[in-house]
Amino acid sequence: MTGIFGVSIQGLFGQLLVGLLNGSFYAILSLGLAIIFGLLNIINFAHGAQYMMGAFLAWIGMRYLGVNYWWALLLSPLLVGAFGMLLERGMLKKLYKLDHLYGLLLTFGLALIIEGLFRYRFGISGESYPVTELLAGGKNLGFMFLPKYRVWVVAASLVVCFGTWFVIERTKLGSYLRAGTENPQLLQAFGVNVPLMITLTYGYGVALAAFAGVLAAPIFNVNPVMGSNLIIVVFAVVVVGGMGSIMGSIVTGIGLGLIEGIVKSGMIANLLSSAFDSVPVAGSIVYPIKLLLSPEASAVTIFVIMAIVLLVRPAGLFGRER
Amino acid sequence: MPPLKMNAVAWGLLVVAGLAAPFLVYPVFAMKILCLALFACAFNLLLGYTGLLSFGHAAFLGTAGYVTGHTVKVLGFQPEIGILAGTATAAALGYVIGSLAIRRSGIYFAMITLALAQMVYFMSLQMPFTGGEDGLQGVPRGKLFGMIDLLHPLYMYYFVFAIFLPGFWVIYRTIHSPFGQVLKAIRENEPRAISLGYDVEKYKLTAFVLSAALSGLAGATKTLVFQLASLTDVHWHMSGEVVLMTLLGGMGTVFGPIVGAIVVVSLQNYGANIGEWVIVITGTIFVICVLAFRRGIVGELAILFKR
Repeated sequence: MTGIFGVSIQGLFGQLLVGLLNGSFYAILSLGLAIIFGLLNIINFAHGAQYMMGAFLAWIGMRYLGVNYWWALLLSPLLVGAFGMLLERGMLKKLYKLDHLYGLLLTFGLALIIEGLFRYRFGISGESYPVTELLAGGKNLGFMFLPKYRVWVVAASLVVCFGTWFVIERTKLGSYLRAGTENPQLLQAFGVNVPLMITLTYGYGVALAAFAGVLAAPIFNVNPVMGSNLIIVVFAVVVVGGMGSIMGSIVTGIGLGLIEGIVKSGMIANLLSSAFDSVPVAGSIVYPIKLLLSPEASAVTIFVIMAIVLLVRPAGLFGRER
Repeated sequence: MPPLKMNAVAWGLLVVAGLAAPFLVYPVFAMKILCLALFACAFNLLLGYTGLLSFGHAAFLGTAGYVTGHTVKVLGFQPEIGILAGTATAAALGYVIGSLAIRRSGIYFAMITLALAQMVYFMSLQMPFTGGEDGLQGVPRGKLFGMIDLLHPLYMYYFVFAIFLPGFWVIYRTIHSPFGQVLKAIRENEPRAISLGYDVEKYKLTAFVLSAALSGLAGATKTLVFQLASLTDVHWHMSGEVVLMTLLGGMGTVFGPIVGAIVVVSLQNYGANIGEWVIVITGTIFVICVLAFRRGIVGELAILFKR
């Protein structure tokens, strides 16, 4: 038998790559949510819609204006980020003194409006975005085929995530941000323009979402609901990781993506079968667990992990109660 | 007017309007309003009176619908048994989801309920007995207690009204009971409620299970009305819709969610020809409510009458 626990090596590595890819998106999106939450105390429900906007702007640019992928990767986040800053200045700003829940409700409404408008204009069937020539094709490693574009997405996400981590944790600009997260009034008393900082932070978080959207455009079908399906999973990722730490968001995102990939490969289900199926009582006890960890159930893997983390460590792996 | 007198007037209006409704509007439309109004009132018990924003209440509405549909259609039980089964399942699911979700508060609570409800959605999509994308179609309404034929629109309507009224009364009594006062105390100041010796987690969980059970009751009834249990009722759009009804009508007001449900269902019914715009309009109402109209319709009216 070739392979590990009844899963072919090609299958396993293929799913691991998909897991790493999804994990990159989880990381970049939960990072944006964490930065925004840190300073604004708002959960940005529109994050998924803004991710979708990023992908669509890239597609619109290519289709109607002849903007190539690399320019789209730069311009789309800038435009969506600027749009985010307008939203912050026009609407979110009015909510900072209220209960945090209102921020969630407002951004939920905004997400519906954005999604609805795109659905009205483009329908829900979706558009495809071709992979740029430079990154088309892939390499056969013998045990698996490695598409260049996917490697690029993982690499680009990691660079952006760790770049953001470096700026926030290791530079002076980042120290302002961390100070603002701890105590905005005091920071303002020191002469820092906190309202401007908040606007820019929101803009940056939104731009990250749009950047992820452009990266995703050639892989997934570009359609108006691509963001809302993803954002709920990212919420679960955020609950697992806790929003207290930047590095925590990145590690949790990638880790959960990988676990999801492993479950999808069927390895865990096979492993449980080979270990427990011959044991009479244990086999039936393990059965429901096996069902939850079967490849068909991979859509709920992250939610199951979230439930377990809530039971064991409610504040999240890297979180602190606040 | 003093609030008690105002409540009495509102109750009177509610009963009269409820009895007369099938003669004024299309009965199915009125039944839909009653089901969603009960759903919104159950939701308001959590958001308005306990301060817990659940973004996953569709899970209870939808699951109860599936269980009721299955019990009546496949197992062949009478409608009242089906509704009981649906409600009980929703309560049990509420216990599981509630126990997990109350471990965090505020924004995390909302995200956890949303994520767990999404899990229920995926399961509904894949499990064999839900009918997947097609849902459970052609659920028979059957004969109530084996005697009253519910296929008759008027009988069905009054059956739904006879479910709604006690359901709403339970919520009303809960809000005005000592238990309800503790819930309000938790909403206003949780650390203080803890320091006063209340087992806050137990109160929250009880409120959550009660809310889930009544949402299930609404979902079970809705399945019999439309003879259909589908993915729409488990989808997060439905969870958002119930938030909208409560917010628009006035969260933390007794009758607000009913008004909100009437407005939202009417919008969907008469706005069906505006297609995709329904989502945009829903979103816009959300934004307006949050920015400028946080008390909701009934909340604003109450202030108007107090002057």
